[in-house]
Amino acid sequence: MTVREIAAEAYRETIPVLVLSAIGGLFAGLVLVGMEAELAAVPGLLVLVPALLATRGNVYGSLGARLGSALHQGVIEPTLGFGDERLNAAIAAALANGILVSGFAAVLGVVVLRVLGSESAGLATLVAISLLAGLLSGLLLTVAVVTVVVVGYRRGLNPDTLAGPVVTTTGDVVGIATMLVAARIVLAVGGG
Amino acid sequence: MVEGSAEWSVSAIVRTMLPLLCVLTAIELVSGLVLESFEATLLAAPSLLLLVPVTIGMGGNLGSVLAARLSTALHLGLLSFSPTDDRLAGNAVATIGLSLTVFPLVGAGAWGLTAFVGETGLTLGTVVLIALLSGLVLSVLAVVVTVVTTYAAYRYRLDPDDVVVPVVTNVCDVLGVLVLFGVYRVVA
Repeated sequence: MTVREIAAEAYRETIPVLVLSAIGGLFAGLVLVGMEAELAAVPGLLVLVPALLATRGNVYGSLGARLGSALHQGVIEPTLGFGDERLNAAIAAALANGILVSGFAAVLGVVVLRVLGSESAGLATLVAISLLAGLLSGLLLTVAVVTVVVVGYRRGLNPDTLAGPVVTTTGDVVGIATMLVAARIVLAVGGG
Repeated sequence: MVEGSAEWSVSAIVRTMLPLLCVLTAIELVSGLVLESFEATLLAAPSLLLLVPVTIGMGGNLGSVLAARLSTALHLGLLSFSPTDDRLAGNAVATIGLSLTVFPLVGAGAWGLTAFVGETGLTLGTVVLIALLSGLVLSVLAVVVTVVTTYAAYRYRLDPDDVVVPVVTNVCDVLGVLVLFGVYRVVA
């Protein structure tokens, strides 16, 4: 194949996923713009945005990849409804990872902001928002990833090519929307 | 990956992934600190704020798709790390082409959505120009980061799927924020 043919093939295969994820990213940005009041009320929240978004992609993208390989190899059963022990373990581990890393991001973020002498909300406020956002986004993304991968597999689609686009398009929107909801809940409860 | 039952216990999965996730989180906090330092600018120009997640996401996507393609080509023995390698050149050209296609649309979309809900803070032309230039610079950087990381994984005999994709995705995320603000400062 010539350089031109290789480039054309790579372009054709990738453009649909990129366009889908661009649309997801734009809507995530729209939610972020709607979050201005919370960003102003909780100094330091903006610092956590890239870390929490990346965590959603890293954790639930890896869950999707793991389930895709396992379905191909017959290691897990394509069932919805908590009947498969390995599937349950993979889900529990993804949720644990997602929540633990969200908490870690908040603690590390506050420490770095304090060291730099920047303004930041209290440690408890940011950790509470981060953990709550981690839990909510984890539940939503787990349902999305498991459903799409399992249902897709049953219908004869390749789960490897399904999981990636699902996580990239929904991950950012769900990631930011759950940060917004978590910030509102924590501020309402009086953590601000 | 070995798929024995031991690898499917909750604690084994957490133990394998958590250290890498914490390192990646530390890398991502760098881009968070850059965002924070521009908070006043972002709040005054909502179309720029709207561009943040999509720029971060596209940077990571361009890098991870290229990384996955190069890793597969490497596994299949189709790739050699030489500047004259056709597969390397073709994929690099495709990455830049994809970026130049999608980013102007993203810029127009960002301006349109902000205009729909309120003040944009910047003109349509400025937002499209910022998105286009950010996409161009970001895709070139994504190619460099991906090729260097894939080469390093190959040299040190690490599985490119396990190492390259997470590293490239998160490094490109950080570069996305840096490039967006660099371009904004030059253009606006």
